[in-house]
Amino acid sequence: MRASRLDGVLVLAGFLLVWQGLYMLVGGDVVPSPSSAIVRAAALLRSANFWKDAASTGQAFVLACAIGIAGGACIGFVLGSSRFATEVADPILGTIYSIPKITLYPIILLVFGLTLSAKVAFGVIHGIFPVIIATMAALRNVSPVHRRTARALRLSWGATIATVLAPAALPEVFTGIRIGVAVTLLGTLLAELFASSSGVGFALIRAMEIHNVVDIFALVLLIFLFAAAINGLLHILERKLRRHA
Amino acid sequence: MSFQPTKTAVVRVLIVAGAFAALEILCRASIINRMTMIPPTEMVAALWQILESGRYNADIAFTVVNTAAAVVLSVVGGFAVGAILHALPRLRRALEPLLSAYYAVPVFVFYPLLIVAFGVGRAALIAMGALVGIVAMIVNTLGGLDRVSPVLTKTAAVLSIDRLRSLVLIRLPAAGPHLVTGVKLSVAYSVIGIVAGEFILSTAGIGKRIAFGYQDFDNRTMYGMLLLLLVLVMIVNGALAGWEKRLHHRFGVP
Repeated sequence: MRASRLDGVLVLAGFLLVWQGLYMLVGGDVVPSPSSAIVRAAALLRSANFWKDAASTGQAFVLACAIGIAGGACIGFVLGSSRFATEVADPILGTIYSIPKITLYPIILLVFGLTLSAKVAFGVIHGIFPVIIATMAALRNVSPVHRRTARALRLSWGATIATVLAPAALPEVFTGIRIGVAVTLLGTLLAELFASSSGVGFALIRAMEIHNVVDIFALVLLIFLFAAAINGLLHILERKLRRHA
Repeated sequence: MSFQPTKTAVVRVLIVAGAFAALEILCRASIINRMTMIPPTEMVAALWQILESGRYNADIAFTVVNTAAAVVLSVVGGFAVGAILHALPRLRRALEPLLSAYYAVPVFVFYPLLIVAFGVGRAALIAMGALVGIVAMIVNTLGGLDRVSPVLTKTAAVLSIDRLRSLVLIRLPAAGPHLVTGVKLSVAYSVIGIVAGEFILSTAGIGKRIAFGYQDFDNRTMYGMLLLLLVLVMIVNGALAGWEKRLHHRFGVP
């Protein structure tokens, strides 16, 4: 455990060293020094403006996650309950999932304009498909013994879902949720970059337009830390669920 | 292999056709505003017109060539980095959180910096595409090399093949199915990077035409080029997915 912590510190040090080297190599016009970006990031964390942007992004992100997870689980559950529907839907969903959603941003803009709904919608079209696909796969993989036991016990439809199917499918569904949450964050930020007038993504595009490289790096650093923290948290939860299963 | 349409396939086609028909009717009946979306048949007609007139051929070639270059860079670079990291488990373990959170960050916010470094044009876009695509290849190379059966590596040790040859002759083919998955994802991510770059700032490209069409309220160009982009991505992705499936089948990967 201690060795891995040491490795983490070493990698961090190496990362900062490479960054510093890059800064000295290409100059502050392209890459700011690590110290200036970190100082700026710390200053951002103390500024009210940043937290206003973060709240705006957070609101869209939470809404998009809620819709994506709840909607994805419901759709996945309905489709996954029938083997035939699963077989029909699987390739269609796979194809939609593989489309680079960023190409769809002009359509989202035309439909929703520069609104919160545009951000939420963009987050949802990113996040809902991994959840649907994982839920369908999870139901397909529920052992037939479980299903037959439920039938032998003459469990009602609701009881079968609540006590047999949902617990059996949960760990696998959660993998879909973890991926879904990550891409929802990406989708929300993308919408802010291209189609919004508030949020962290919008702050980034502003920094990009006035070519404030220190701000760009500071914001990306904060976004990355947030994304890595959420990702790590969901990984831990997933491992816990799998151990119980 | 006979090509008997199954019930599943028929229903699938009916559903997709039904979705397009519904969209067509909604657009024609002006329930969906023309300024928002043009009917799918008009999108196809607009695309046909664009291709026939050849007016955006240079843009199409620009995007396709840049994407191909970015994919080659991501795949070769990603495999090399993946193989090196696989040989250095401590470094790999420490880098793991970075790799797994990479795609939650919109990497193309660095695009303006690439423009400063390379100038507006191909080089910045290719670098952008490669930067977005490479991590998918690194991750899948690691996953693929992890799953190479120990029997094979032991055989290599018995035959005392040197490391580089063992990597190229034994582990590369054995990891093949996962590497194809990596290539497939690299293509998808490189397209995202390049199209995003073209949206932001570029001299040419499909993404630039879409963005211009959007700004000029030229919905025919916008939807025509959008359709072209989606069709191209689906064809390439479908071909790679088919190849992936065949490999997985042949090597018995679940």
